[in-house]
Amino acid sequence: MKDLVKILNVFCLLSLLAVGGGSAVLPQMEHETVSLHHWVTGDQFATIYSLGQMAPGPNMSMVALIGWQAAGAAGLIIALVAFYLPSSFLTYGCSFIWDHFKDNPWRASVQRGMAPITIGLMLAGVHAVGKTACINPNHSTHFNTITCITALAVTGILFAKRINPALLMLLGGVAGWFLLRGH
Amino acid sequence: MPGASEIFRAFAKIGITSFGGGLVAYLRDALVTDKKWMDEEEFLAALEIGQTLPGLNSVNVAIIAGRKLAGPQGAVAAALGLILPGVLLLVVLGILYDRFRHNPNVAAALAGVAAAAVGLLLQVTLKIGAKQFLNLRDLCFVLGTFYLVAFHHVSLPVVLFLIAPIAIILCRPSKPKPNT
Repeated sequence: MKDLVKILNVFCLLSLLAVGGGSAVLPQMEHETVSLHHWVTGDQFATIYSLGQMAPGPNMSMVALIGWQAAGAAGLIIALVAFYLPSSFLTYGCSFIWDHFKDNPWRASVQRGMAPITIGLMLAGVHAVGKTACINPNHSTHFNTITCITALAVTGILFAKRINPALLMLLGGVAGWFLLRGH
Repeated sequence: MPGASEIFRAFAKIGITSFGGGLVAYLRDALVTDKKWMDEEEFLAALEIGQTLPGLNSVNVAIIAGRKLAGPQGAVAAALGLILPGVLLLVVLGILYDRFRHNPNVAAALAGVAAAAVGLLLQVTLKIGAKQFLNLRDLCFVLGTFYLVAFHHVSLPVVLFLIAPIAIILCRPSKPKPNT
């Protein structure tokens, strides 16, 4: 029960702080769920994140699996509701009054000013997931070299070619199965 | 005007087929091109609200579009349609993960998938941040935020309520110039 309240608190807060989309809250989410509350390990967090990227629909639905690891089925439902409901209520309410402040010059300033902050947060998100998925001190240098090359290859391919990212993630899985077994 | 069940079906179709992300493009295709429930301008306005407010852009757009089409029931139907199919698949993946993660073959494949996901997030970040990386002041905020959050665990509220206001004030609207 105490865990459920904590799940509710953590994901409600993340919901309302998710300015600039879901990826911007990734570092905070990793910190809260791995380091502070120990609901998942760093490895599990990275894997759950990657499963979320593979599944259709909003990629942050992966909070469901964190809630589930933390407190079973009730945790799953509470994590989802807590992550999606507060921001949705806010959007629902604001969509009525939007016309009043849509031409306010400060709106453009907020967007311009927030853009680099969001990018910085997303880079911190790359770090939060990458520090276990790519450069993991518990794995051999060989293992980390292969994971780093896989990640950079995906980045490069996506810049060079329009290709469905889900397909590349599957290819990453095949590459991992071939190259990382027994390491 | 469509009813809640028709809205649910339209959004569930996106929720089922949108492998690999890029949901906003799927939403635009469905709402503007396919169903003609919104025109281009209405969609862009909804997207603007969705991007400015907290929450995922795609879910926020679904809420706004659903509300416009059928009020509160429409908003609920749209959001649930978008979210539920992916969650169901994730639950299946989660069960499989729990069961097989100690199998060395599965662990190796999942390590590859996780590494690929990092590459994907890096690409998305670099792509949408291209403009910010080329502007010196923006770049300082990008790197400053990254450094503080990644290496000093500065919390998100501190970033949003202390650092963001500085960035916003530096971009404050210029005074309207007389006679121009």
